[in-house]
Amino acid sequence: MTGELLLGPGEVARTMRRLAHEIVENNHGTDGLIIVGLLTRGHPLALRLGRLINEFEGVEVPVGSLDIGLYRDDVARRGQPTPLRPSSIPANIDGATVVLVDDVLFTGRSIRAALDALLDFGRPARVRLATLIDRGHRELPIRPDFVGKNIPTALIQEVQVLLKETDGEDAVYVLNTEASHA
Amino acid sequence: MLDVQERPAAGAVEAPAWHRKDLLDTDVLSRAEVELVMETADAMLEVRSRPVGKVATLRGATVVTLFYEQSTRTRASFEVAAKAMGADVVNLTASGSSVEKGESLIDTVRTLEAIGADLLVMRHGKSGAPYLAARHTKAGVINGGDGTHAHPTQALLDLYTMRRHLGGLEGKRVVIVGDVLHSRVARSNIWTLLTAGADVTLCGPATLLPRTLASAGGEHGRVTLTANLDEAMADADVVMALRIQKERQATGLIPSLREYINVYQVNAARAAKAKPGALIMHPGPMNEGIEIAPDIAHGVDSVIEEQVANGVAVRMAVLYLMATARTK
Repeated sequence: MTGELLLGPGEVARTMRRLAHEIVENNHGTDGLIIVGLLTRGHPLALRLGRLINEFEGVEVPVGSLDIGLYRDDVARRGQPTPLRPSSIPANIDGATVVLVDDVLFTGRSIRAALDALLDFGRPARVRLATLIDRGHRELPIRPDFVGKNIPTALIQEVQVLLKETDGEDAVYVLNTEASHA
Repeated sequence: MLDVQERPAAGAVEAPAWHRKDLLDTDVLSRAEVELVMETADAMLEVRSRPVGKVATLRGATVVTLFYEQSTRTRASFEVAAKAMGADVVNLTASGSSVEKGESLIDTVRTLEAIGADLLVMRHGKSGAPYLAARHTKAGVINGGDGTHAHPTQALLDLYTMRRHLGGLEGKRVVIVGDVLHSRVARSNIWTLLTAGADVTLCGPATLLPRTLASAGGEHGRVTLTANLDEAMADADVVMALRIQKERQATGLIPSLREYINVYQVNAARAAKAKPGALIMHPGPMNEGIEIAPDIAHGVDSVIEEQVANGVAVRMAVLYLMATARTK
């Protein structure tokens, strides 16, 4: 497998700062804002956005985590159970603006599952989607509102996001899988 | 399948796996498997805490509860768990089914499979009956209690309840007191507790303590048998009272109910000998005033009702793991 470094730690940090500003600008402030990260890597990104917004707005925005394992559309096809973790939604989402956060947007199926999972907690006024990487190849009509970086990829490639919180470093790689050399 | 690539596994986090068609007892479960059930149950408990404590994950799956013996909590708990996971549930009891017409267990199980049962939760008065059933069906079989042999989901929910209060079970002392001889709950609990690293003390009249269980802890000697409850209680982290089946008195295994109460009832005086805050547990149904004093059964350290609530989450976890791990 060969990999190409797409974003280093500095670029990830700058991208997250821009996303945080965009979210607040789009929401006309922080009123009614709740940030919810998809487990696993969307959650640390959501926490970072919460910290950044607190830095420049002086407001603590509720940040939660969402596990989509019970809502996947391939539960019966995988032959193995998806590992589950408890979700944690820290505030009432009824009438709120919920920003879902994920690391990579690809087919859109995870986000479809996340919407179902989120709506089990209440009825938000609106749901927005923020993603660090949009790699294309959507299979469902889902569109992000806040994008860190668009990366055109081939289906045989993989995008790997590494985060300090989960992997010890901040980096985004595009990996060419073995199939691409065949 | 492509969706999997959306979150590539960085680092060496190995995904836990479940490869069992059946859950018949806890003796075969590895520490990793028990851990997987516990972690999955955490997620299920969170689901149960929501305004609508229900998901649709197992829609399209059919769970049949087949109970040849009476039961309140286990059957109801499985039914609630299966419905909370979105599965369809069919409840069968021996009375009112073709079992009364003399249908054999194997034929019943095959019929249920033909009807479309994916998972079969079975309780039977004969030890080993679910093993026989499991060999004759492609449906996953969950033992809901067989004779005096095993009750795996009870043991898992007991362990789950202990972990919620004590954290890890490593080095903790669990006392199980009562009719160990006839208790499938005690047997299945011994295996999960040993797997989790706890030390187990089995206590009761010598007639109700099978000597063979002393070697259950292997060479580590982590299972102790004693007829002296007052001694057993010292430094206990958990005290689990077992139901005394009143009909046992007729068999001469206990001299009299009154003497049993005097010597083996878990009451305030005895609970005071355990560690402060030691958990009081009971698998139910309780004979209050016999194996457990009412003030202890409903006291501050009692987690008996919590056991029942956790039972739903643990059974949701078991149903989820077994239904999704099934190979097509």
